Amino acid sequence: MLVARLDHPADFAGWRRRARILAQAGIAPGLVDWRVGDEDGELFGGESVDDLAPVSGIELTVPRDFPELAQAVICHRDPERFDLLYRLLLRLQREPGLMHVMTDDDIHRANAMAKAARRDMHKMTAFVRFREIVSADGAEAFVAWFEPEHHIVERVSRFFVERFCAMRWSILTPLRCLHWDGKTMHVTDGASRADAPSDDAMEAYWRTYYANIFNPARLKIKAMTAEMPRKYWRNLPEADLIAPLIAGAGRRAEAMVANLPTLPPERHVRQAQRQREEVAEAPAASGSWAEAKAAARDCTRCGLCQHATQTVFGEGPLAAPVMFVGEQPGDQEDLAGKPFVGPAGRVFDRVMGEAGLDRSRAYVTNAVKHFKFEVRGKRRIHQKPNAGEISACRFWLGLERDFVRPKLIVALGATALHALIGHSGSLASMRERDLTLDDGTALVATVHPSYLLRLPDEAARLRETERFRADLERVGRLVPEMLAGMAA
Amino acid sequence: MAQLTVMEKLEILSDAAKYDASCASSNTTKRNALNGGIGSTTGSGICHSYAPDGRCISLLKILLTNYCSYDCVFCINRSSSNVRRARFSVEEVVDLTLNFYKRNYIEGLFLSSGIIRSPDYTMTELVRVAETLRTVHGFRGYIHLKLIPSANADLVAQAGLYADRVSINVELPSEVSLKRFAPEKRPREISAAMGGLRLRIEEGKAERAKSRRALAFSPAGQSTQMIVGADGASDAAILQRSAQLYGSFGLKRVYYSAFSPIPDASAQLPLSQPPLMREHRLYQADWLTRFYGFDVGEILDDGEGGMLDLAIDPKLAWALRHRARFPVDVNRADRETLLRVPGLGTKSVGKILETRRFRRLRLEDIGKLARSIATLRHFIVAEGWRPGAVLDSERLRQHLAPKPRQLALL
Repeated sequence: MLVARLDHPADFAGWRRRARILAQAGIAPGLVDWRVGDEDGELFGGESVDDLAPVSGIELTVPRDFPELAQAVICHRDPERFDLLYRLLLRLQREPGLMHVMTDDDIHRANAMAKAARRDMHKMTAFVRFREIVSADGAEAFVAWFEPEHHIVERVSRFFVERFCAMRWSILTPLRCLHWDGKTMHVTDGASRADAPSDDAMEAYWRTYYANIFNPARLKIKAMTAEMPRKYWRNLPEADLIAPLIAGAGRRAEAMVANLPTLPPERHVRQAQRQREEVAEAPAASGSWAEAKAAARDCTRCGLCQHATQTVFGEGPLAAPVMFVGEQPGDQEDLAGKPFVGPAGRVFDRVMGEAGLDRSRAYVTNAVKHFKFEVRGKRRIHQKPNAGEISACRFWLGLERDFVRPKLIVALGATALHALIGHSGSLASMRERDLTLDDGTALVATVHPSYLLRLPDEAARLRETERFRADLERVGRLVPEMLAGMAA
Repeated sequence: MAQLTVMEKLEILSDAAKYDASCASSNTTKRNALNGGIGSTTGSGICHSYAPDGRCISLLKILLTNYCSYDCVFCINRSSSNVRRARFSVEEVVDLTLNFYKRNYIEGLFLSSGIIRSPDYTMTELVRVAETLRTVHGFRGYIHLKLIPSANADLVAQAGLYADRVSINVELPSEVSLKRFAPEKRPREISAAMGGLRLRIEEGKAERAKSRRALAFSPAGQSTQMIVGADGASDAAILQRSAQLYGSFGLKRVYYSAFSPIPDASAQLPLSQPPLMREHRLYQADWLTRFYGFDVGEILDDGEGGMLDLAIDPKLAWALRHRARFPVDVNRADRETLLRVPGLGTKSVGKILETRRFRRLRLEDIGKLARSIATLRHFIVAEGWRPGAVLDSERLRQHLAPKPRQLALL
């Protein structure tokens, strides 16, 4: 039997060095007796690994994730961990895919041990409770007492340094102790609970918080103990509240249900009175564009309001000579509450510019003011509004036309055309013609800019964009006030 | 009125905050205090304690004040309630947060407030707390700020710069119930504000992708909360609403909060035991839609009045309604199909896919990769294992449903 002696229980570097020597010498796992510190080896000592002459020339390779697994496993309390890891090291030389075989007994056991150690590390970051001490120079200093299940203390130290770098603190445990002075870490042997302070003035506040954030009407004790096992309770200052909180919960919840409703306090009555007066004094509606916009916010004339984020009303100067009417807000417009700000809006802006038109002089709106969509996972897919929705929303479009009274209206796409002429019509047959609406307003019909985005073929997209630009240039010729650079 | 001590205020204002379910401290940018300041964030967040109501305590979750000019029927802090009132100063919240943080009680602060004076005034106070923590004390821990939907856009922008997460509660599944129970809240304002937040959060992300030094806007995204059981909304209506909220606003989480009795409750409410099992089933269904490829329509496709089965989990319920799709061969089925097997989670499926590249899987192997095979085994085929005729048995549901039992006392 060979004795391999490690410096401390989670001495990964020591294990690795000795495991390498043993593997290169071809020693079978059952022939090594792993020991920690001055722990007794076999009665008659046995030969030490450190006396073996290193055999060079034999390469040992392991998959990239093995060292990470081994570093977690070596923190586990199980005395067989060193042997298990050595066995895995040897098997990995013959079975390079072994790490992926999670049903293999050795891998399964190593994974379970690593998981337990990592959970203990996580719980240490959660359940360490610092208590303030009076330090010699009066600076803030903190000491905690914690009882980990595995040999994890040094592995967790980085977390506390990163978080409390500017503080001075010590974490005492029965296994190892950490001391941070603001610059360097000192690790010492285990301590006892009596070495840590027994109270902290803030604990009364913490306990008050704990007791009051608890809702007695919903007891789920198993959910609590699953995540905060009892073994941690004795070092948690809030834990002795648990039993009385549970014991009193039923009575408190019953009282909430049984108590008769009370009269509202004086303050509430005064405030309600004030609010009623304010409403009474509000000026009567005078029928302005701004009021129409405000009223449209709560529109329920069709079902689209249920799922859309908000009503997207038109935008632009009320004296605009030209009104552009699109189909409906898209995803981005729906979120921003403004028309033509998404991908189609960017195409619109670009071609407007190329045609020499100034968007800021136009009134831009949509035939339908709510976004119609279908949710697919995290995305919302645009859907075409139907005749009923278009007709319900004509009310608002009509008000906008009354307030703006443009010389010319541009219908962008078939839905806009439908909304403006009151029935569905063929965009192709009305395009590039001089049209007038019932009230005498000039009408130009063209495609919706999103149509250009949907064309899969590059050549077709260029050709159609060209036609769209020609339509907008015609708008500029019909209404020269729209041209950028012209005096408005 | 006598001045309240900080202890008394803490008592009142944490009691007032407990009805917000969220306590998450995850998914934000990685920070530490190696270059000054105090605090750090980890990817997955840390729960520092658990209360007997099963909820984790990760953050100091308090209200700045529980004075409120709104009269939302379901809320403990509504203006017509006779609950004790208190108000923290900005400095008091900052001190409590830092003192708790230094003792490792918490990951940070979740601050909300009743509406006092005006939405903008209240929002300004909330932002001042976050700003003081970040700029005066170099606080690098987690901050979650509750936003007030009608607050000025500049204040919202500031809140997003200091906070890791912002949230606005939709409170109830439908606008109709919100109008009925929360007369001062404007549903349209709430959704418009959430839409605006999504745009800002995505903008912030895009800028951070270009330059690491760009300021993040609410890097842990936004979340919301819906109260379950205060109005008549069915589970189907709730899950449809969630799907729409996730799809529209890119929410990190929709929290479901079983409506629970409150002290000095309004007579308009159905006071009874909170429907905790219903809340649990909704979370399970929510998970199925987000991580298991289920549509809401599939989870509730049996027309049981749009309610989830309380006795068994929604995935098992779905599987029992679609037995023809089973058994599934664990050595051949693709990920999507495996994810639909009752008893297999995303992690187990990942392990199955990885391991079967090297080994044919037997039932005992699956036992090592999954939490339990008690239910699972009826739905799978493995090397040397077939479930037999049980899958077609009328009594399978009865066999798999947990037996009713008495609640254990501690």
